[in-house]
Amino acid sequence: MGGLQKKKFERGSATNYITRNKARKKLQLSLPDFRRLCILKGIYPHEPKHKKKVNKGSTAPRTFYLVKDIRFLLHEPIVGKFRDYKVFVRKLKKAYAKTEYSDVERLKDNKPTYKLDHIIKERYPTFIDALRDIDDALCMCFLFSTFARTGKCHVQTIQLCRRLTVEWMNYVIASRSLKKVFLSIKGIYYQAEVMGQLITWLVPYQFSHDHPTDVDYRVMATFTELYTTLLGFVNFRLYHSLNLVYPPKMDSKSDLELKGEDEEDYAMDSESYLEKLSALSTSLARVFSSVEDEEAQLDQFPVEGEDMENMEAREKEQKQQETQTKLFEGLKFFLNREVPRESLAFIIRCFGGQVSWDKSVCIGSTYDATDETITHQIVDRPNIDKQYISRYYIQPQWVFDCVNAKILLPVEDYFMGVTLPPHLSPFVEEKEGDYVPPEKLKVMALQQGKKPEQEEEDEDEEDEEGEDEEEEDDNDDDEEDEEEEAEEKSLKKMEEQRSQGKSLQVKVTPGKVKVENPARLEQEQKAEEKRLAIMMMKKKEKYLYDKIMFGKKRKIREANKLAAKRKAYDDAEKAKKKKARK
Amino acid sequence: MAACSSNSNMRREEQTEEKKKAREKSAKKRSKEEGDEGDEGEEIFSFKDKAAVDEEEDDDLSDSEDSVYSGLEDSGSDSDDEDDDDKDDNEEEEEEEDGSGNEDEEEDLKTETQQTGQTEQKKTTTMKKKKEGKEVTEEEKVNEYEHDSSDEEDIRNTVGNIPMEWYKDFPHIGYNLDGKKIYKPIRNKDELDEFLDKMENPEYWKTIHDKQTGRDIVLSDEQVDLVNRLQRGQFGDVNFNEYEPTVEFFTSDVMIHPVTNRPADKRSFIPSLIEKEKVSKMVHAIKMGWIKPRRVEDDSKGRYYDLWTGEDSSLVAKHKMHLPAPKIPLPSHQESYNPPPEYLFTDEERALWDQQDPSDRKLPFVPRKFSSLRQVPAFPRFIHERFERCLDLYLCPRQRKMRVNVNPEDLIPKLPKPKDLQPFPTTQSLVYRGHTGLIRSISVSPSGQWLASGSDDGSVRIWEVCSSRCMKTVQVGGAVKSISWNPNPAVCLLAVAVESVVLILSPSLGDKQVISATERLLSGQQEAETTEGEGPVSWIETEGEELNQGIHLKIQHAKAVQQVAWHAKGDYLASVMPDHSSHLQVLIHQLSRRRSQNPFRKNKGLVQCVSFHPIRPYFFVATQRCIRIYNLVKQEMTKKLQANSKWISSMDVHSSGDHVICGSYDCRLGWFDLDLSTKPYKMLRHHKKAVRGVAYHRSYPLFASASDDGSVIICHGTVYNDLLQNPLIVPVKVLKGHEITHDLGVLDVTFHPTQPWVFSSGADATVRLFT
Repeated sequence: MGGLQKKKFERGSATNYITRNKARKKLQLSLPDFRRLCILKGIYPHEPKHKKKVNKGSTAPRTFYLVKDIRFLLHEPIVGKFRDYKVFVRKLKKAYAKTEYSDVERLKDNKPTYKLDHIIKERYPTFIDALRDIDDALCMCFLFSTFARTGKCHVQTIQLCRRLTVEWMNYVIASRSLKKVFLSIKGIYYQAEVMGQLITWLVPYQFSHDHPTDVDYRVMATFTELYTTLLGFVNFRLYHSLNLVYPPKMDSKSDLELKGEDEEDYAMDSESYLEKLSALSTSLARVFSSVEDEEAQLDQFPVEGEDMENMEAREKEQKQQETQTKLFEGLKFFLNREVPRESLAFIIRCFGGQVSWDKSVCIGSTYDATDETITHQIVDRPNIDKQYISRYYIQPQWVFDCVNAKILLPVEDYFMGVTLPPHLSPFVEEKEGDYVPPEKLKVMALQQGKKPEQEEEDEDEEDEEGEDEEEEDDNDDDEEDEEEEAEEKSLKKMEEQRSQGKSLQVKVTPGKVKVENPARLEQEQKAEEKRLAIMMMKKKEKYLYDKIMFGKKRKIREANKLAAKRKAYDDAEKAKKKKARK
Repeated sequence: MAACSSNSNMRREEQTEEKKKAREKSAKKRSKEEGDEGDEGEEIFSFKDKAAVDEEEDDDLSDSEDSVYSGLEDSGSDSDDEDDDDKDDNEEEEEEEDGSGNEDEEEDLKTETQQTGQTEQKKTTTMKKKKEGKEVTEEEKVNEYEHDSSDEEDIRNTVGNIPMEWYKDFPHIGYNLDGKKIYKPIRNKDELDEFLDKMENPEYWKTIHDKQTGRDIVLSDEQVDLVNRLQRGQFGDVNFNEYEPTVEFFTSDVMIHPVTNRPADKRSFIPSLIEKEKVSKMVHAIKMGWIKPRRVEDDSKGRYYDLWTGEDSSLVAKHKMHLPAPKIPLPSHQESYNPPPEYLFTDEERALWDQQDPSDRKLPFVPRKFSSLRQVPAFPRFIHERFERCLDLYLCPRQRKMRVNVNPEDLIPKLPKPKDLQPFPTTQSLVYRGHTGLIRSISVSPSGQWLASGSDDGSVRIWEVCSSRCMKTVQVGGAVKSISWNPNPAVCLLAVAVESVVLILSPSLGDKQVISATERLLSGQQEAETTEGEGPVSWIETEGEELNQGIHLKIQHAKAVQQVAWHAKGDYLASVMPDHSSHLQVLIHQLSRRRSQNPFRKNKGLVQCVSFHPIRPYFFVATQRCIRIYNLVKQEMTKKLQANSKWISSMDVHSSGDHVICGSYDCRLGWFDLDLSTKPYKMLRHHKKAVRGVAYHRSYPLFASASDDGSVIICHGTVYNDLLQNPLIVPVKVLKGHEITHDLGVLDVTFHPTQPWVFSSGADATVRLFT
């Protein structure tokens, strides 16, 4: 008794969340503007723990934002800009309607614009934060840079995206930070390690896009607006971290080299520079023309025990990385016109190789196909007319596989017109018990410096053994049961005969000595103990345990399924080969 | 569309030629007449006009001589349609400048010309001679101009520009000057005619039906050509040159002298008031901030700088609730353009993928294999996926989900090893076979030497425990529901529940002393018979065959008896007749005085089983949901145990009387400590199916439960004297052996009174001993 009556939903989680419509009303924004604001500011809905409490007892599906987030939006200067823009559009409409074209001109001159710099700074207070979140920005910019210059968005945006992506690629080349590449059916995945952050991005294959109708390009454009700003600042910082000039300039040496005769009629002046940059064939100018960069030696610290091992492991890794960055050093590639030039040039340059292409394919080729010093020519056609003995003709997958394997793979499997070995994803890290495709095992063996042929057989045997063991494990229980059952049956038979009053065929057979395997007995006992203990589990824990075990079993099942599929395939292949031989 | 009426073009042309001439003459004549009659000014005007026209014509000629004479023009003049008019209008705009008056007169003119005819021709001859030189061109021009009028249209279409449907049902279209109907051409073509026409008539394709007059018109070649040209977006005139050199209106050279010599106005020296007003308005607007100065071009938008210069870690106090968006999962082998063969879909997998809803699919794409990189097409859903990612980023509610990262082994409770809790039965050692029906109940004699089993085949068998020999078989003539050995070791008696009868059976096994004591007990009761009144049951002495079998007494109940239970002293016997509606469910019989009584006055639910307290005068009654404990001395209920299960099947009381276990049909086994609580201390869900029987061992801390899943589970249950230590209940052994028949597994279980052995009876008509 006494005191004020407590009202429902006036404290607790109900006051921490706000529905979207309410938030919109509070900010006095239209829905599209609200969405834009959310995209730019990185505000997203939150899923409350107790939806019914937050929803004031209703279970209707609603999206909730944190009240704090919305309050944070209230002070955003961009909101004012949105309103200005709305007013501007209204004025412009009016001016058009009144056919006051001088006013239209004046208004257009004063079109309100806004900058996103402060938002970037606010969302990513440190540079590392920005780097961590740059995956999506890269994917989006790479996608937009492949759009046609008509239609779906402003040409300036596309050009800006292209510029930024080219800058990014040039940075990756200059810093040699590319780690993994993967040719998927969607596009080409790249992974680079920049300042300790793994950054993955996806580049679509170079085709014109079939623009879908059920995609809201305004949303994409808003994201791109943000991402281009972010990427620009990140690029700036990255270039400066390497003492490179930003916006990127080509090295004066190479610039001179490139000033070929055909350049004038290639493109307009304004574009040709970007084109040359995007050719990715030249090194960039540095702020200080530095001596060839020396690898900073890691200082040795006195360490003990475990740390020692760690240190050694780290050093080893570092060494491996170094060798990887110099993977293609000393190799001279030539790209045929049918291979994806940009991605291959990018990868080869990332790992220190020299690369060129036909003059008519793109600007920036440095040497001709007739150059005798070319070591590898990348082709993607069944045969070629004129072949040089001094070079390998290989398919583009070789480059990708080499990068992922971190060694130069034998070229035999990748010769022109040869059926390629499967291309594996470098992003999969198999854990204990996962299925590992045999190709991966082969590559791993190669990495350890073993010869491929012997290894292959060994592996096969090993594999089989492993499988057998598994099967045995499965069978253990069954066998036992079977034995018991057999005993039971014989006993039953005897019983029946006895009960029927028949004279038993009394026969004394020498008893078999049951060999009891102590290890096995112990194992069984342990298994039984475990079973009993599982019976005693609490309901909640049992549920969790069952779930975990179910997941594990499913994983094993999937791995087995893949292995079986592979085996069937291999068998079929073998049979085919045998037939062919006959 | 240029509509052409005549099929005899040539003839008409001649006619029109004539008419033209005539008209021209009349026009000239008229103008002359007017000149004569009317005022001077008009004549001057018309003359002037003539001259201007002539000049224009000259120009025209010099530019494109053929244009006027082209066949097109002729046919066009023939057709005299509105469209043509428009075109002509364009060409002849200058010509038509000569005023509206002239045009107004046109129609009068036409009628006049027709009427006047030849006489007027003579008058005009003089004029004709004067203008001999230019005659040809002028004639053409004027004709054409005149022809624009719709004199022939008048004849053909008298109704004007109205929807022609209005005349659809009439045989005519409009009226002529005389007020006669102008009939439509007879048109009785049906589909077939139309078709034949289409097939045979080579000119069908250029035949057009004119709605206005209802006639068919065949286009001439020139007209067809014109149509084609117009459709192609070219000029109608073949010879028209679109790319003529421009003729500058003024010279582009700057002249030294001004064009006019007019002195400047006065107003050009005086500041303009209007302008001043305008300027002051603007100034005011600028002052008020309505007009903003033109903004300086801000190019800082695309300019980047080092945004994170003053970056310091104190700023990084992040929003606590911020959840960074999860990254897109990295691609696996399946996504490769050339995956290993095991990752490709088989036909079944593909079919399944196709069938599944896109949200249910494990993979959002079908793995495909391409033999080389050049064959890889663009991914059709690329933009979609990017867009979905965008939507996820700003629309998808985020929630922090704690991922349980526990080792499943850690979840398993640490129990004492069963090895340390021995002895308990571990292996099946004996099977007692002989029954043909399922064995519902078994009981072991207090000495532990004999085992009695009652089966649905209507027999009670008594076995020697050690040898598994069937010592005796008693046919009782009905399915045995329950059997119970008298716990008094001094006598050898069995209580058997068969249908609605409880049999007191003396198997006469074992010591002679015991047998005789039993005989004495049974015979000594006869004296007390007198006390028996009309109770709920009747005690019947047996004779003859039944007595020979060992059945001494029959206690006839009103309803089927489900269970019998002895008191520990062996004198009292309880029988259960489950019935929903009656308070007569439990009866307690006293063997020595052959007396029965109903202890309960009220029905408290369906009684499942009953049991006596081993030491104290308590009576346990298990109904469907709970167990009630009654004090027999005080005749009141002392406790009610909540079983927390749906339907109790069986119950047993520990020999100390402190603990009760009860099994239920919903697979549970409840363990009660009577001192602690009325709720079960522990619920064990070990069985997969209904629990049928439970049993305590008399001396060892063991209890067993039998279930329909064919297993007997032995649990170790120790209660410590130290009250602070929790009782230890551990399952120690799962005994399997019984086969499941008709969904029934093990029906009853009981322990050996002294040894750690357990007996179980099953639906497979066997009793098994586990030691």
